[in-house]
Amino acid sequence: MSVTAEPAVMTETAETQGSGPDAPIRPESRDAKRFHRYVMFAIAVALVLLPFGLYPIFVMKVLCFALFGLAFNLLLGYGGLLSFGHAAFFGVAGYVSAHAAKVWGLNPEFAILGGVAAAAALGLCIGALAIRRQGIYFAMITLALAQMVYFFSLQAKFTGGEDGIQGVPRGRLFGVIDLQDDRVLYVLVAVIFMAGLLMIYRIIHSPFGQVLKAIRDNEPRAVSLGYRVNRYKLAVFVLSAALAGLAGGTKAIVFQLASLTDVHWSMSGEVILITLVGGMGAIFGPIAGAFVIVAMESYLAPFGAWVTIIQGAVFVVCVLLFRDGVVGVLSRLLKRPL
Amino acid sequence: MTTLFGFPTQALFGQLLLGLINGSFYALLSLGLAIIFGLLNIINFAHGALYMAGAFVAWILLNHLGLGYWWSLLLAPVAVALFGVLIERTLLSRLYKLDHLYGLLLTFGLALIIQGMFRLQFGVSGLPYAVPAELAGGTRLPFMYLPTYRGWVVVASLAVCLTTWLLIEKTKLGAYLRAATENPALVQTFGVNVPLLLTVTYAFGVGLAALAGVLAAPIYTVSPMMGADIIIVVFAVVVIGGMGSIMGSIVTGFGLGLVEGLTKVFYPQGSTTVIFVIMAIVLLTKPAGLFGRSS
Repeated sequence: MSVTAEPAVMTETAETQGSGPDAPIRPESRDAKRFHRYVMFAIAVALVLLPFGLYPIFVMKVLCFALFGLAFNLLLGYGGLLSFGHAAFFGVAGYVSAHAAKVWGLNPEFAILGGVAAAAALGLCIGALAIRRQGIYFAMITLALAQMVYFFSLQAKFTGGEDGIQGVPRGRLFGVIDLQDDRVLYVLVAVIFMAGLLMIYRIIHSPFGQVLKAIRDNEPRAVSLGYRVNRYKLAVFVLSAALAGLAGGTKAIVFQLASLTDVHWSMSGEVILITLVGGMGAIFGPIAGAFVIVAMESYLAPFGAWVTIIQGAVFVVCVLLFRDGVVGVLSRLLKRPL
Repeated sequence: MTTLFGFPTQALFGQLLLGLINGSFYALLSLGLAIIFGLLNIINFAHGALYMAGAFVAWILLNHLGLGYWWSLLLAPVAVALFGVLIERTLLSRLYKLDHLYGLLLTFGLALIIQGMFRLQFGVSGLPYAVPAELAGGTRLPFMYLPTYRGWVVVASLAVCLTTWLLIEKTKLGAYLRAATENPALVQTFGVNVPLLLTVTYAFGVGLAALAGVLAAPIYTVSPMMGADIIIVVFAVVVIGGMGSIMGSIVTGFGLGLVEGLTKVFYPQGSTTVIFVIMAIVLLTKPAGLFGRSS
């Protein structure tokens, strides 16, 4: 929906209109697709070069959060659904992957896949409930259900409560490649990230993605055209949850830790912040957002409470002045959709 | 010791009272959220943070200015309401033409800032706030011991809720408010200053939150995080009740507090999640909420 076209009075439409961020609809020209191919190539090159300039662990953290943001943006930017509970999928996948790797001794690829499956299943449950309401209620419901998952994680035995699951073995990929070396692990994380990015790009540009955009822009019209809107919403919710799980599971293997931080509501806030800073509805937005936010947090970590204050300030500034985000602005400057 | 359903009555009624007290806070907070949402179309995520701010203002008044509980009960809501005026005038008023979700994001950011500031100043550990002397002690009832302060909290918040309901349903100002909720443009053409009404409504809503904070201060310790968790429960309360009716918010708030209290007696592990479970059931059976108008 566009910002300018919205009337100030929305009491009646508050519930009926699918509301989403103000992502402009641009024709998917062949030119744009070629440009996106260049961007993809540039990202792949950057993935190869980055670990030479930056600390690999830092880059892996950015990649995990970028993938998390991409998954979240699939739901918000293209489904028009603001989930305030994405930490649940990220965190639970982390717990399941960590548990699978540590207690069941599974290979890392199966551990991560287990996390993805758990996140998808949880996404199915939470999504089925949340899509029964729209707009602001959707956000509140996802937040509340994610809080329930948080309390469950706090009390359940297998999550280790306050301690979390520590000392998760990175294991051997396919039973052969030892991931103990950060550089080897980096290759795996980069491949997972790139696969996630390509998958999300493919989803957005598929016929399914086109229907999603139609629902986002005008839900009643999509209904009148005969689309089963709720099935599409649920499908994109589950996909988003599963991809968030991929990010969470990978993060648990990288940091060898799954903890309550990842299921807490502040993590849901963080992924929103990443997407907001990068640009909602911009395909590549969350990648830039993740870089900015993770870098900011690493830099500010010694200042304790200031991190929250500055995060809050970034929220306020972005909402008031900078709604297109970094990539949105860049996209306008280049006059090409990103 | 007497028992009821195999549980000591003392514990049962004690938990029920505690549930009723939590319910008072849910009611006061969800009432404010509902009024603000009705008119401003913004879900005020900062509500929990302002509830916490109310408790802290009371603590500061007592420890730095020597002003006691009764002054706080008056001054803290006023102070927070004035802060609310500032927020509404400088920040929220810029968002009315945008998607509602931006309001949620902005107030979420505000909540983080307010919480961070108090954490920076006061640390994470809670600060004690003594029960005022007039309300100390308690009464021995046939089935339980009733601390006077706890009884006072329930009575006071019930009174405030009902006064708010009367104010909105029976007064001229309330009529303007209800009319502006339905159709602000039309109300403005009749010469009502709608922007001022928006400001007053926001200030009143957050004032209620601050009042709840002052009432809560002697029961819970005053800590920067006290608002963060309660606001999520209050969101669930709002989803269960639906934001269409003022009385609905009050009834749902108190009712869910009681249910939570009962769960603490019969199934303690479930007490933190019971409200979310109820929310899921309500969404499955009556998606618009118990008192909501389906659209």
